[in-house]
Amino acid sequence: MTAPVRHDHDVQPAPKDRLLLVKDPLAPVSTDDLLALHRKMMLLRRVEELAAKAYTQRKIRGFCHLYIGQESVAVGAAAATADDYWITSYRDHGHAMAKGTSPRAVMAELFGRSTGASGGQGGSMHIFDKSVRFMGGYGIVGGHVPLANGVAWAARARGEDRVCVCFFGDGAANQGAFFEALCLAALYKLPVVFICENNWYAMGTPLHRQSAITDMSLRARGVGMTREQLDGWDVEHVRQRVAAARQHALSGAGPVLLEIVTYRYRGHSMSDPAKYRPKGELAQQQKGRDPIQLTARRLQADHGITEQSLAQTKADVDAVAQDAWDFALHSPEPDPATLYDHVYAPQQTSLAADTDLGQTPSKNQDA
Amino acid sequence: MATLQIRQALGRALREEMIRDPGVFLMGEEVAHYNGAYKVSQGLLDEFGDDRVVDTPISEGGFSGLGIGAAMAGMRPVIEFMTWNFSLVAYDQLINGAAKIYQMSAGQYHVPIVFRGPNGIAENLGSQHNTAVDSIYAHFPGLKVVTYCDAHDACGLLKSAIRDDNPVIFLENEMTYGLKGELPDHEYLVPLGSAKVRRTGTDLTVISWGKQVFNAESAANQLEQDGISAEVIDLRSLRPLDHETIFKSVVKTGRCVILHEGYVFAGVGAEIAARVQEACFDWLQAPILRVTNRDVNQPYATGLEQLVVPSADRVVEAARRVLGLAVPADNRLDP
Repeated sequence: MTAPVRHDHDVQPAPKDRLLLVKDPLAPVSTDDLLALHRKMMLLRRVEELAAKAYTQRKIRGFCHLYIGQESVAVGAAAATADDYWITSYRDHGHAMAKGTSPRAVMAELFGRSTGASGGQGGSMHIFDKSVRFMGGYGIVGGHVPLANGVAWAARARGEDRVCVCFFGDGAANQGAFFEALCLAALYKLPVVFICENNWYAMGTPLHRQSAITDMSLRARGVGMTREQLDGWDVEHVRQRVAAARQHALSGAGPVLLEIVTYRYRGHSMSDPAKYRPKGELAQQQKGRDPIQLTARRLQADHGITEQSLAQTKADVDAVAQDAWDFALHSPEPDPATLYDHVYAPQQTSLAADTDLGQTPSKNQDA
Repeated sequence: MATLQIRQALGRALREEMIRDPGVFLMGEEVAHYNGAYKVSQGLLDEFGDDRVVDTPISEGGFSGLGIGAAMAGMRPVIEFMTWNFSLVAYDQLINGAAKIYQMSAGQYHVPIVFRGPNGIAENLGSQHNTAVDSIYAHFPGLKVVTYCDAHDACGLLKSAIRDDNPVIFLENEMTYGLKGELPDHEYLVPLGSAKVRRTGTDLTVISWGKQVFNAESAANQLEQDGISAEVIDLRSLRPLDHETIFKSVVKTGRCVILHEGYVFAGVGAEIAARVQEACFDWLQAPILRVTNRDVNQPYATGLEQLVVPSADRVVEAARRVLGLAVPADNRLDP
């Protein structure tokens, strides 16, 4: 008697948990590399501190979501995916700078100036920088996650050796668009690295009150995607694990969902005093495992960097951030004459009927 | 000349553009192995393979977003909705994504993508499969909205839509996929934003688009029996709107009836009426009237359904009203 054919619709055991098995692929960072990562994190923080100040002075308007506390995630990821595509949510200032957008272009965008990364059209939530493959910040929670699949689709179709790195928060991991994107990415085995930055709160709602499970990387399991949950405070660790995820995704083995646990020091946005936090939680985070202090301690202990040298870095970074402020402040507002310039793209593709299809040539449109 | 059904004319447009540009790919539910729910993509999988003719799960938001991302990254996707009713679960992607990215990025990323599928009234499909989405997409700057009534325009407009460097909402109709028409053997394009005068007339202008153009023409035939000369305009594009053709006609006739599927309240007809009165007030001889779906969700039963949808008779009645002629009986049902 032959065994019955097993069909997809037969009852199956639960899908196996596909953990990211790729070992840390990169050589450990050199002292110079670690100094650069440290400097970058300090720069992100200083620019955000100035953004907060500018907001209280009403130089920055609207919504403004700061990245302070989470710097090791974007900076570590950038060290592993410098040449890849990135797309992110509205908490995007740090991501843009980590990817290579200048602090000047970011600050000018926040100030709504024509020299901003998005020419003053985007604002805090919509920083775009094509020159560094930064495909934008998006304001609908989770709404941008499906776009990452398309970017990866195009990269793969062209034979590029690039992934799309897609950042979003723990709140977005409850959104339908996120689930659909995960399903499609796994189905088509797209080279995407999904990074859920779990900063503990979706606006004011803590993780345990928005999800029945608090390991958000488990969202990958039901769709057959490889996953890993990791601590995000150590920039070197983030760099290695994002590199591992990138390697997995580029190998053709399919996308990876990384849940990187981190912590947001400020409120959801500038208008949020974050009173929902348990007393002492923020101080404990800042004191115990601040990513910048953690790296500073390591530079001193393991790399022979002096406190004086770190102080000099801080002074340098302060100057760069202040320069960004000055640049933004003295940049022109967008010219009113440009108001309608970016509603529709001017036609660049030929609209002439082609003659290379082996058919009778056509002279004209609308025969 | 070739005689093709509209579904074949659309398929020809897809095929020609896929040959022309390797960045063009078709994605949607049942487009590949099933050869399309309405057979528009018949044969394309065999010719182009499953990298370029791609079946999707039932995940409109997911695959619409995928298309938008691919368009930003340099491809030229065509996304098929099995019906535009299903696009409503992807509305965020189309509005907050496709329509806005070019401007949000200050022109760094353009989104050359076509979303297409059957729109509007079919027969006995009940409430959730009959929506005309014209107005809810035409509302937003950044999108183009295009539709056709015959096979010739279906092919030529779809080719232009695929080549356009902006997101295009391409509205088809289930009831006319089998309608035959003549297409030139050579390649041709119909430009977006150009209306077509289907029939010239002197007494009034009837403006319509999509398959309601046939009701407009049928009404014009009836009116001709009574010696009334109606000009019939097929808009073909709702965005961009061909103001020149509309205004020229209304200036000539002084009277205007607008016919479309979907609802009268905040419908595209309201926008056109407003623009006509702004530009042609001095030439108008009568108020502009609109013939649309009755202001009620679509019922299933045939008798009720027929009361809801626009008809040639209702256009004739509206025409007689704007001409100040006697109307047989006041059968207005709207409250």
